[in-house]
Amino acid sequence: MAETVIDGKVSLSAPEILTTADGQPLKKALEIALRREKIRAVLLIAPLLAFVIFSFIIPIGYMLFRSVDNSIVGRILPNTVIEVVKWDPDVSPLPEEPVFKAMVSDLRVAVADKTHTRIGSLLNYANPGMSSLFRKSGREIRKITDDGSYKEQLIASDEGWADPETWRTIRRMAPRYTDSYFLNAVDRERRAEGITLKPENEQIYITLFVRTIVLSAAITLSCILLGYPIAYLLANLPARSSNLLIILVLLPFWTSLLVRTSAWKAILQQEGVINDLLVFSGLIDEAGRLVMINNVTGTIIAMTHILLPFMILPLYSVMKTISPSFVRAAKSMGASDWTTFWKIYFPNTIPGIGAGSILVFILAIGYYITPELVGGTQGVFISNRIAYHISYSLNWGLAAALGAILLALVLALYWAYDKVVGIDNVKLG
Amino acid sequence: MKLKSILLSTAAASLMLGSATVMVSAADGPEACEGCANEMTIVSWGGAYSASQKAAYDDPYAAATGVKIINDESSAEAVAKLRAMNEAKNVTWDVVDVVASDALRLCDEGLAEPIDGKTELAAAPDGTDADADFGVLRVNECFVPQIVYSTTFGYRTDKVGATPPTTVCDVFDLAKYPGKRALQKRPIDNMEWALYCDGVDKAEIYKVLGTDEGVARAFAKLDTIKSEVVWWTAGAETPQLLADGEVVMGSTFNGRLFSAIVEQKQPIAMLWDMQSFDLDGWIIPTGLPPERLARAKNYLKFATDTQRLADQAKYISYGPARKSSAPLVGKHATLGIEMAPHMPTDPANAGNIHTYDYGWWADNRDDLDAKFQAWLAK
Repeated sequence: MAETVIDGKVSLSAPEILTTADGQPLKKALEIALRREKIRAVLLIAPLLAFVIFSFIIPIGYMLFRSVDNSIVGRILPNTVIEVVKWDPDVSPLPEEPVFKAMVSDLRVAVADKTHTRIGSLLNYANPGMSSLFRKSGREIRKITDDGSYKEQLIASDEGWADPETWRTIRRMAPRYTDSYFLNAVDRERRAEGITLKPENEQIYITLFVRTIVLSAAITLSCILLGYPIAYLLANLPARSSNLLIILVLLPFWTSLLVRTSAWKAILQQEGVINDLLVFSGLIDEAGRLVMINNVTGTIIAMTHILLPFMILPLYSVMKTISPSFVRAAKSMGASDWTTFWKIYFPNTIPGIGAGSILVFILAIGYYITPELVGGTQGVFISNRIAYHISYSLNWGLAAALGAILLALVLALYWAYDKVVGIDNVKLG
Repeated sequence: MKLKSILLSTAAASLMLGSATVMVSAADGPEACEGCANEMTIVSWGGAYSASQKAAYDDPYAAATGVKIINDESSAEAVAKLRAMNEAKNVTWDVVDVVASDALRLCDEGLAEPIDGKTELAAAPDGTDADADFGVLRVNECFVPQIVYSTTFGYRTDKVGATPPTTVCDVFDLAKYPGKRALQKRPIDNMEWALYCDGVDKAEIYKVLGTDEGVARAFAKLDTIKSEVVWWTAGAETPQLLADGEVVMGSTFNGRLFSAIVEQKQPIAMLWDMQSFDLDGWIIPTGLPPERLARAKNYLKFATDTQRLADQAKYISYGPARKSSAPLVGKHATLGIEMAPHMPTDPANAGNIHTYDYGWWADNRDDLDAKFQAWLAK
């Protein structure tokens, strides 16, 4: 490119345009070729992309959306949500006649559609007692006439309607979107004076989040400690014996998860194999039998065992690729065994440790069957609560909020890992 | 208390076996079903319980109608799955076995079909309609009760010394009965037992539990044994823990203890005091096409009639939910022992019972469960 300096300014002369043999500008020809390439690539992955979008991204997005969605309140109580927001709880403890009128007319429609109990069970998550209030009012609604005060009649049908907290709950849940599930998921709630911590005897989720992260890290660490020597052995033994060892590593992998977890119960319990052996050998006495199950120890042991193959296999495949000549070279230059390992061999295995750790950590964070069975009270994870809210309490909004937070935590840790170690540094083989 | 008196009268009726030899009439089969589906999916709990239903209901029904019955063992996750199916508008189940509290939830959520007890269920042999025959056990219009079971305690006979426990409060007495106890990992029943053993009058339990002080009081009582409790989630855990000698006593479903004691001959005995009655029964999901709905109702009418409910008790130690079935309960199908003394409703066992309040728990379950979990995690 030619540069000319005129009056102190730099001006660039137009570059020569390169053309292809048929006279087309090269840039354009390249673009066309590249576009064709891109379309072909997209078409090739299109089936998988469509599959992932329809069977994974949309359902998960839909489920996570529930953590803020509150439209059902407005759908079942359309008139009430309009009226109740006009009421200021600071001015009068109870709303006025128009709100009660709106509630009665909404309830009449809801009872005919049999949706009044659904709204009751939803509001019950925020305020215990709403479920039976709506169920009972559904039965009594026929008795409420259009002459006379709706307020008096509704309160006469159930005292719950005279409780200001009932109306505050409805008012709080009236908007289309709510943050109540997310607040609940971090042990907080919205009160008249603003967002506050829940009473101490209801705080649970923060504890569980912290415990999940700490225990998952502990499980990952023990997987590294146990898996590393095995992977080394596998990578350095002759093929015949290493194949046998690989099968031994994979064998528990093919056994049912529940069978393995139950086996750990039989082994670790106080009347179990290990304690029996220790008592028999005289190391501990009958009264001093160790408690190794239904607590944190049980969770770490059982989960480490279950997740170990996910650590060993990436480590093994990375170690397989490390040329033995590296080690020989280091030794020939006078390095001690330890220096050879620490300066030469170990750094080469870090991509394997990274891959294994990510796999084990992310799997551990989402586990719930094993902690439920062997974790007792101190070894259960946040996933156990998510499972509870999905399957038993049906509070899917809260389950979605907890799931979203867990997902955000995993992504944040992944990002941190990328910053510290570098995600390019992860190798599965 | 109403529930209690009805349950006891059920049991009392079973004592008058001799006088009540009810003739099973020739009309002892399912009604004809025009234009009904030829295949149905029945969901239940699996194990010995499903086996008893298969023998008492499914096999006779399939033999009489030629309907193909598919069994699914998903009752434990039924509520969540039914909601998901309903949202996807693809309900694949026809009849679902659930506990009463789940039935209440499903009915509230509009996920279970209302069933008319007068026209859609079979009357008792003496003509009493089904609603009257079930009485208060029909907790709502969607639920057709099937059995009465109880959550109660079993203890190791060889580990309690010369004086075996006689009241539920012995569970809270670590000085008298040292060792671990198994309790279910949920607030229901445990909170009530704790208050009862802390001196609260039985009739006042739910009133006390409705206050913050009452909840604190129940937790304080549970705190006294917390270090010695193994918490279970699956009904099979307690019999196993008892058999292994891991615990000296533990709560579970009475049928589980029955098989540990009678079938497996373990050194375990029942502690029936303050047993907590609960119900299990059927619901039909909403959103079924008409021919499948008709089939499901036809099956239900047959499977919940007086004789069928009595037949089930031959295979498992749960009491039939119909008053009219009690006199028909006989001997165990393979062991040949009288089943009546093993029923939770037998007067000898039901001297002091706890009736679990569905309505109260439907309101307070989520709230107390959060507190219970927070207490466990402490």
